[in-house]
Amino acid sequence: MSRKLLDLWVGFFVAFGFAALLFLALKVGNVSSSNFAETYSLTAKFDNIGGLKVRGPVKSAGVVVGRVADIRFDAEKYEAVVTFSIDGRYRFPKDTFASILTSGLLGEQYVGFDVGGDEKMLAPGDIIAKTQSAVVLEKMISQFMFNKAADGPDKK
Amino acid sequence: MPPTPKRSFGAVLGGIARIGHHVNDWMQRLGFAARFFVMLLVYSGQSFRRLHLTIREIYYSGFQSLLIILVSGLFIGMVLGMQGYETLQRYGSSEALGVLVALSLTRELGPVVAALLFASRAGSSITAEIGLMKTTEQLTAMDMMAVNPIARVVAPRFWGGVISMPLLAALFSAMGVLGGYLIGVVVIGVDEGAFWSQMQASVDFRYDVWSGVVKSFVFGVAVSLIAVFEGYDAEPTAEGVSSSIKSTVVNSALAILALDFVLTSFMFRGL
Repeated sequence: MSRKLLDLWVGFFVAFGFAALLFLALKVGNVSSSNFAETYSLTAKFDNIGGLKVRGPVKSAGVVVGRVADIRFDAEKYEAVVTFSIDGRYRFPKDTFASILTSGLLGEQYVGFDVGGDEKMLAPGDIIAKTQSAVVLEKMISQFMFNKAADGPDKK
Repeated sequence: MPPTPKRSFGAVLGGIARIGHHVNDWMQRLGFAARFFVMLLVYSGQSFRRLHLTIREIYYSGFQSLLIILVSGLFIGMVLGMQGYETLQRYGSSEALGVLVALSLTRELGPVVAALLFASRAGSSITAEIGLMKTTEQLTAMDMMAVNPIARVVAPRFWGGVISMPLLAALFSAMGVLGGYLIGVVVIGVDEGAFWSQMQASVDFRYDVWSGVVKSFVFGVAVSLIAVFEGYDAEPTAEGVSSSIKSTVVNSALAILALDFVLTSFMFRGL
């Protein structure tokens, strides 16, 4: 086989391979979602983070506005310290409420920002004061059972 | 009767000696393989100066493996689509089919199965070629003409394999995703928008796709090295060449699966 034809086929092969990689990057995967162009960090403390993971989404009104960057344990206050990296395009008011929610009944856990009405905005590096921990299903069920028992059988 | 214990003692000694011989042999081969790898890297510069040799090898091991890679990828994707749908619809989450197909392909099946196919399609033929060159004393002849056989024959085949492998794995994964789409969306009727959007939401380029590319690169190095080494180290007889082709396929498969375990435990620690 002549060298020109060989080069042609190899060129096709390499171009084809890179096209497949591009397909995986753009159509299958998502290059843009996890790496926001500019981010700033916010911190929040939770009593219980449930099954929250690093890289988990941070959503406000259902839109992904950031990711969980780091989860640490505060050994003095026995709290979980969660750091978020938030998309630089968005600013949130001072009285934003961070709560740990579950998508679907058994889905992954994420952090939801419920925005308040404060005029002052959270600056990069600030700590979100108002948080709500993850709902632990066992605690909820046992509370429900205790309430039922306290009500007594006569009320049925 | 004194002779009986004496003989059995001798047999035990002989057995130990045989084990030692095997271990010795094996270690020597490993040492030679390491030296061979270093020589290969050293002479790669020389072989890159004549790039058309490497391009030719990309044609033989990469381009000519396209058919088997594409067809297998398509079928694996279609099977994943069917099996995944079968299981997911029980939990009412058949829209997650895209995620299942894409993640299993980009993370694991793409690199591993493509590497296994590559080892048996291209690796074996590289071993056969180099082994036969050695048997017919072409390598010795080159050496006598002051042409370094490692730079002229071995290095281009090695780099051809290393370059082809990640591209083939990417093609395999892409084809598999299309196969999953074909079965899931076109045949079964999963919602098309949900199929793609859920896939895009949970497949991360750096975390999932890129680690698949890294994996396939490592497999490419391992398979190509085993293939050229087995050929270069083949016993120069018909039987020797056939047995080194066998070892190429067996050792490559073992190396791919073992390396896959090691790489996976590094890459995906369940964060």
